[in-house]
Amino acid sequence: MGARLVRVSAAAERGLFSCGTCGLVSRAPAAPGAACPRCHTRLAFRKPRSIAHCWAYLVAAMALYVPANTLPIMYTSSLFGSSEDTILSGVLYLWDSGSWYLALIVFAASIVVPLAKIIALAALAASVQFGWGSRRAERARLYRLVESIGRWSMLDIFVVALLVALVQLTALAAVRAGPAAPAFGAVVVLTMAAAQSFDPRLIWDDERR
Amino acid sequence: MNRELLACPECDLLQHIPAPRPRKALCARCGAVLYRGGSGLERTLALTLTALVLLALANAFPILTLELQDERTTATLAGAAAALWSQNMPLVALLVLFMALAMPLAELTALAYLLVPLARGARAPGFAAVFRLLQFASRWGTVEVFVLGSLVALVKLGHVASVEPGIALGSYGALMLVMAAIEASFEPRELWARASFA
Repeated sequence: MGARLVRVSAAAERGLFSCGTCGLVSRAPAAPGAACPRCHTRLAFRKPRSIAHCWAYLVAAMALYVPANTLPIMYTSSLFGSSEDTILSGVLYLWDSGSWYLALIVFAASIVVPLAKIIALAALAASVQFGWGSRRAERARLYRLVESIGRWSMLDIFVVALLVALVQLTALAAVRAGPAAPAFGAVVVLTMAAAQSFDPRLIWDDERR
Repeated sequence: MNRELLACPECDLLQHIPAPRPRKALCARCGAVLYRGGSGLERTLALTLTALVLLALANAFPILTLELQDERTTATLAGAAAALWSQNMPLVALLVLFMALAMPLAELTALAYLLVPLARGARAPGFAAVFRLLQFASRWGTVEVFVLGSLVALVKLGHVASVEPGIALGSYGALMLVMAAIEASFEPRELWARASFA
């Protein structure tokens, strides 16, 4: 554990900018286009239009989450016939073939994480929009969790990419990527973009002391 | 200079870093890490150069090799992207290249670009822009996820065919560990403090 520091008050309340690039706290002129005196990055008290951007990415991610999970992500054909796999049926295949630990990992990364991320970010955006005053510390932790686990959803895309590369050239079998692959990739990118556009400082802005 | 003022990047609370500096400091209000201490820019630079070599190895050799009835096929990262591209999946191909190769490469190159001149006391041109690229790339690079994805592919295909891990899988695994070490040793505040005097 690190040391907890003596608190003062929010930088923005005192008209101080904190630079998102170099971290310098500065009193820049209030003119539009204020720049950090150390690294010349454009300064803003909060990410501009954070909540609107977050919702836009989230709505797009929700829409694409449906085809990503219902359409096939992979087609397999071999001498013994052909089959198609959705993300869920790929998980069940791993489970049935005895690799239950990998089945759990893929299930968590591909199905639970994207959905939990969309729900959590929607709750965070709504909580800021409607000014819910409670559980700020929990919401801050939730945001950090969402930001750190989001990238794991790429797992299934990487699996499909490698299977496609390995099995495309043999005469006996072929693996092709299905239409869920781009939809799923888009969900990953959109949820990561939603998390990055959300400004966690908004959670604390109306705190009374 | 003895009491540096900083604002929490996640809740904007103004706080002083006491002198002498603690190894690691957390925000008093939201618990975000304000300051990690790090283990020195020289060590970060050494790890960065190591990681660049590993990334080169990881892309020069096959990740997985499949043997099926005397036929041998190998998969590299570039090969996987090319295969997706040829199947009319250009966006997925680009996404795979972006997150498993381009962003880790950009992160490491940016770090080396900033740290090499700084070791000789000089500030690289375009310092702030390259630092922003570094911030962006470290959020979008997914080396550890790619390593796990390779293992899943290995096990999945191992049920029906003979699959072997290649040199690149080991290299990507090592790269994952070195990049975790970079994250632990790199303290951006130290970089900016040094750059202001350069």
